[in-house]
Amino acid sequence: MDYILNIMGPLLEGTAVTLQVFGATLVLAVPLGLALALIRLSRFRAASTAVAGYIWLMRGTPLMLQMLFIYFALPFVPVVGIRLPDFPAAIVAFVLNYAAYFAEIFRAGIQSVGRGQYEAAQVLGMSRAQTMRRIILPQMVKRILPPMSNETITLVKDTSLIYVLAMNDLLRAARGIVQRDFTTMPFVVAAAFYLVMTLLLTWGFMRLEKKYAVYDD
Amino acid sequence: MPSMTTEPMIRAAHLHKRFGDHEVLKGVSLEIGKGEVIAMIGPSGSGKSTFLRCLNQLERVDRGEVIIEGETLVSTDASGHCRYAPDKEARRICAKMGMVFQHFNLFPHLSVLGNLIEAPMTVKGLSRDAIVPVAEELLRKVGLFAKCDAYPSQLSGGQKQRVAIARALAMAPDIMLFDEPTSALDPELTGEVLRTMRQLADEHMTMLVVTHEMAFARDVSTRTVFMDGGDIVEAGVPADLFSNPQQPRTRAFLNHML
Repeated sequence: MDYILNIMGPLLEGTAVTLQVFGATLVLAVPLGLALALIRLSRFRAASTAVAGYIWLMRGTPLMLQMLFIYFALPFVPVVGIRLPDFPAAIVAFVLNYAAYFAEIFRAGIQSVGRGQYEAAQVLGMSRAQTMRRIILPQMVKRILPPMSNETITLVKDTSLIYVLAMNDLLRAARGIVQRDFTTMPFVVAAAFYLVMTLLLTWGFMRLEKKYAVYDD
Repeated sequence: MPSMTTEPMIRAAHLHKRFGDHEVLKGVSLEIGKGEVIAMIGPSGSGKSTFLRCLNQLERVDRGEVIIEGETLVSTDASGHCRYAPDKEARRICAKMGMVFQHFNLFPHLSVLGNLIEAPMTVKGLSRDAIVPVAEELLRKVGLFAKCDAYPSQLSGGQKQRVAIARALAMAPDIMLFDEPTSALDPELTGEVLRTMRQLADEHMTMLVVTHEMAFARDVSTRTVFMDGGDIVEAGVPADLFSNPQQPRTRAFLNHML
């Protein structure tokens, strides 16, 4: 027990890093993903195709590779080449990657709302933008809660990838102690930390689903 | 037939519409005067619903002309080129017509009251305080004031359709279009919807009703239009059309339906 309290400090510091990456990614990737989904579904063929290509690229290559690229290779790319410190580099990679997944979830949610809803809004005089904002997107939210719950839980665990930029997230902090003290106990504690975080997420999404259960489609 | 000397509420001329190889409308023309209640009958696939949907741009015509209360929604020039009013203009023109769908199309995420006040608030910019009393009055009229806070999924089919009628009326349209409003209902629920529609007709609302309810057409409409094969075959006051149809196709259809 004393030992666990002893290693608590560095593990909590690691958890703080994990939560920062998680929070920043969620806050930035959700709006970006929604924008991508709307462009993907828009009438502008070229923009829609470009987004489809972007999503293919982001889902088709490992997040770790994307992170390494942004940190190590981006500075040498002509024109856009900028050198980012480790935390911003990680966030940029996570946001670009997760926005692609969120975009696909949003797209599926939007497309699952029937034609009749668009027609009803149209005959009431609503514009496309009003229809989207007032009729379609609110209904999308209810439908995407289960896949969003999945994806955010995955995000919590994916944050451990930032160790490749030598950032001290929860898992890397635990591994450091394991190697120093020759005991696997820190892994067990780290696992418990992850479980608590995902439990809170699961609970939060359950509350949301309950809130949206007041109506049926 | 009511006088047609004044500007008709709806003037549709030579509407053509084709889905792929199938020509659904073969030059349909119809004028509807103020206060008329037109029942449009005919076999499935005869183009009734498509005609109705062309009036408010749910479908775009290939050729023809639609004028609503003197304002042109779509016109076709001599070379056969079809021109629609610009988006915003078209929305304003179409908003003169309320529409009721076969499958209700209520907004499931909004309460009954929310369904009624949504468009008046977002489209007309009315305040909540201004529109709620109007909406409540409309719900009283269709007998569903008690269901104000219910969600659509908690209502029966007949109740849903009456809410849909009230929702359309909340935009204060001059014309009401009904696209087979009772076809998705259990037989015992059609009565309440038809009563609401009859009540509207009694108040001299201009109505165009695509329907399979022959009794409604016969008893409520001021003019019944029989469509078949993408065109109007015969039209007249229901007393004549039902008792003495002139065209063999009308006769065959009525024999089959009655």
